[in-house]
Amino acid sequence: MHELGVVFHIIDDVTDVGKENNLSNIESVTLQLGTVSTVIPEYLTDCWKWAVKRTELLKEAKLIIEPIEAISHCEDCLTDFDTIKYGKTCPNCGSEHTYLLQGNEFMIKEIAGS
Amino acid sequence: MDKVKVIEIKRSVYESNDREADKLRSELKEKGIFLLNLMSSPGSGKTTTLKQTINKMKDEFTIGVMEADIDSDVDAITIAKETGVKSIQLHTGGMCHLDAGMTRQGLDELIDSKIDFAILENVGNLVCPAEFDTGATKNAMILSVPEGHDKPLKYPLMFSICDVVLINKIDVMPYFDFDMDECIKNIKYRNPKAEVIPICAKTGEGIDKFAAWLKEQIKANI
Repeated sequence: MHELGVVFHIIDDVTDVGKENNLSNIESVTLQLGTVSTVIPEYLTDCWKWAVKRTELLKEAKLIIEPIEAISHCEDCLTDFDTIKYGKTCPNCGSEHTYLLQGNEFMIKEIAGS
Repeated sequence: MDKVKVIEIKRSVYESNDREADKLRSELKEKGIFLLNLMSSPGSGKTTTLKQTINKMKDEFTIGVMEADIDSDVDAITIAKETGVKSIQLHTGGMCHLDAGMTRQGLDELIDSKIDFAILENVGNLVCPAEFDTGATKNAMILSVPEGHDKPLKYPLMFSICDVVLINKIDVMPYFDFDMDECIKNIKYRNPKAEVIPICAKTGEGIDKFAAWLKEQIKANI
């Protein structure tokens, strides 16, 4: 259900950009999605297919999702590690003073249309 | 057929909502209205907590409540009947959260009654409402004892955006494996600045402390 709300936001944003650029048909929308962004790509695509059919400008638009891997950084031993595999605890020194470097992105990268 | 153009956008999906939320927040400040966004999972006691809190504060402030749900108007009716303050129901049309645009629509209806303290009871959910800034002056959430002390670890974003966390249903603590110290430690781990207030909405325990916190915030922010 979260994915549906997000899809409406993307459609609104992209529709504005399409109109500003005098597009009459948007063929694809490319997103960058971090693997710990809480959005599930499969659900997002399902919601997308349902929602774009109800629009004019985006009715044939394909959704392209580029994943961004989640990487965390340890402040104590300064190593980077795979967030999905190790969570908040550094696998090198066991510290919990870590933060996410990348992986929670949810960006509209570009659109293609005519 | 025209040639296909590629237009670079490079913008966060949440950006337009964040912008709208910031705009709403500054408008509210100008109008002298404090907006509290109250979040929690379903059944943690949002409506009961609000009822108790409103009854303690309604003599000092003109309060208005927006109840957001996917369907029904039971919460809006309960609040209106048991506190006498203006209460409206917002339907999200199947969506799991409110965004700044929907909050603004609800406020437009409330503002007619010259309120200075607006409360938004968000949809019961620990995930999505945390992603969408509503434009509220302050964010509050309720975690109830039966849900368990590990929830701050499982729903990190929700706990990290809240200014105050109420731990509700402390009267049933002896029946659950709930560790209060561990819970506070988990909350502070995600959000060192969060104020934590244990309450029992049913008996009213701790509500005075929450009301005092709110008064302080209202005075500092409007």
